[in-house]
Amino acid sequence: MKSEFIPPIGKILQISGKCISLIGNDIDTDRIIPARFLKCVNFDALGKSVFEDDRKNLKGRHPLDLEENKNGSILIVNSNFGCGSSREHAPQALMRWGIKAMIGESFAEIFYSNCIAIGIPCFTLPKKSIQDMQKYIENKSLFLEIDLKNSLAKSKDLNFILEIKESSRKMFLSGEWDATATLLENVKLVERKYKELTYIKFGDEF
Amino acid sequence: MSKHTLFDKVWDLHKVSSLPGGSDQVFIGLHLIHEVTSPQAFGALKDKNLKVKFPNRTVATVDHIVPTDNQSRPFKDNLAEQMIETLEKNCLQHKIRFFNIGSGNQGIVHVVAPELGLTQPGMTIACGDSHTSTHGAFGSIAFGIGTSQVRDVLATQTIAMNKLKVRQIWCENKLSHGVYAKDLVLHIINQLGVKAGVGFAYEFAGPAINELSMEERMTICNMSIEGGARCGYINPDEKTFSYIKNKLCAPKNEDWDKALLWWKSLKSDENSIFDDLIKLDASKVEPTVTWGITPGQSVGINQQIPFLEKLSPNDQFVAKEAYEYMGFKPGQSIKNTPVDVCFIGSCTNGRISDLRVAAKVLKDKKVSKTVKAFVVPGSEKVAAEAKQEGLDKIFKESGFQWREPGCSMCLAMNSDKLIGNQVSASSSNRNFKGRQGSPTGRTLLMSPAMVAAAAINGKVSDVRKFINK
Repeated sequence: MKSEFIPPIGKILQISGKCISLIGNDIDTDRIIPARFLKCVNFDALGKSVFEDDRKNLKGRHPLDLEENKNGSILIVNSNFGCGSSREHAPQALMRWGIKAMIGESFAEIFYSNCIAIGIPCFTLPKKSIQDMQKYIENKSLFLEIDLKNSLAKSKDLNFILEIKESSRKMFLSGEWDATATLLENVKLVERKYKELTYIKFGDEF
Repeated sequence: MSKHTLFDKVWDLHKVSSLPGGSDQVFIGLHLIHEVTSPQAFGALKDKNLKVKFPNRTVATVDHIVPTDNQSRPFKDNLAEQMIETLEKNCLQHKIRFFNIGSGNQGIVHVVAPELGLTQPGMTIACGDSHTSTHGAFGSIAFGIGTSQVRDVLATQTIAMNKLKVRQIWCENKLSHGVYAKDLVLHIINQLGVKAGVGFAYEFAGPAINELSMEERMTICNMSIEGGARCGYINPDEKTFSYIKNKLCAPKNEDWDKALLWWKSLKSDENSIFDDLIKLDASKVEPTVTWGITPGQSVGINQQIPFLEKLSPNDQFVAKEAYEYMGFKPGQSIKNTPVDVCFIGSCTNGRISDLRVAAKVLKDKKVSKTVKAFVVPGSEKVAAEAKQEGLDKIFKESGFQWREPGCSMCLAMNSDKLIGNQVSASSSNRNFKGRQGSPTGRTLLMSPAMVAAAAINGKVSDVRKFINK
């Protein structure tokens, strides 16, 4: 857990940091943040509880507890990461722990859109590349500089062309990942849609 | 790219604009909120000095944190009390209709909205809960969202989203006796895998789906997300319309006629084009039970827990983790696995028909002395109906505890939790590690009828032995 949390804001063009390898398929959001920590009315305290049960179980050997990962900020994960519950508490907890970006084989749908909505880019790479990366991290430390404009990740020894949904990439470059303002720009169109929709004419009040 | 499907029609109707990045701005017709994923969204509105755009399109209830034993206020759990108070305050301040405990309409949000007739064909429905896919059973396009998107819906009644692809899952023939919608959906997830649905909406269709009641259809759509699909739906038909008719919030009089005409036009056309098509034979499905730590790890009641080499290389990693966590050996039979706790409830299987089916199995039988069993009705309405039919008595006489409505031990945010490495037979939707409240607790997902059978025998049992044709 880092000392002070500063949420991302505006355009996200570059992210650099040390990679942490977190091996496993189908890691669900109940594991990322167990339900008992959802009893809160803000996200502030979630960082310290991320992966609480897995970490307790591994008694200091969980990747997030290793001394060398203390300042890591890019999570390298496998397939279907973040499946299950839609709780935004999961990416919020990861972010508050210090994660700024993720690279994985694949991400679950709602988790992915939650990450975009709070400013955590999630990139994908083929299984083999992720496994190579995770093997590399076993022995050496991997520090990546990610350039969102070119979807490129550079390190001392390795370079990767990362994959990311074009719409997400553009949102990070323009700052529109924080969508409310963009959506509000079309308020007139929204009001027109409200008037047009058949079922809304059935009654304004449910 | 899909064409002429219900999904395409509803999406196009609700599309407000194409956003600069390439995603769509989509109007949300019905927004459902609850106490867990909404407080931070209201907080963000306050920070940004924004109002709720259309308060009449949002409806609230309380479900995740409510205790199911003693619901008197203030709740014993201070944090739970703080959460319900926050929701009450937010609803009052923003003039949002709230179905609170004691209103007669409180319950699990995905049970309550259909009961009230809020859920209708052709709507887009969003809620900060992944099981929002449930509402697709009515031919609506319904999906779970995170808290930032809850904020966006409150502020703008829209969200930014990429259009999904559509996969039709065609279910041939019909389910055999003693096999339920839960078994079918567990089977589908097992066959397709837990991430096959990423990027897709699932259209469930075919004779086996047509045959299902509305409540069974909800069970199917509910678990779309367990197959990776954010949204699952079924084309509306006469069963859909007659379920909605005369419900509290259903269109009335002339509006009903207009609605009916419109709803009938929404069905996927004969010449629909799907991005993918899967066919399976529903008559081959057996009562199905999960043995692992993902909802895809299931077997028929007469099958064995699979050997590693029988699984695809992609599934082997999680299978190894599952054997270890569950304490099961490959090749072991799932039948006769001892269970400690039996739970009937949840947005998957906490409806009146689920309680009826379980009560039928339990009638004149006793729950095993080694088992703690409890039933949590999905809503106050379900509870009232069950009481009227005398189902509560059947449950209690058998040894089941009869509780108040809520999400309860599906995700264990209240005091209903597994202890240590207890094994539960559960009618809920997720068997993830630690899901039911104990970091080492183990969950076997199955139909409510199968939970009832497990409760009687104290071990996983074939419910078909308990019911007559």
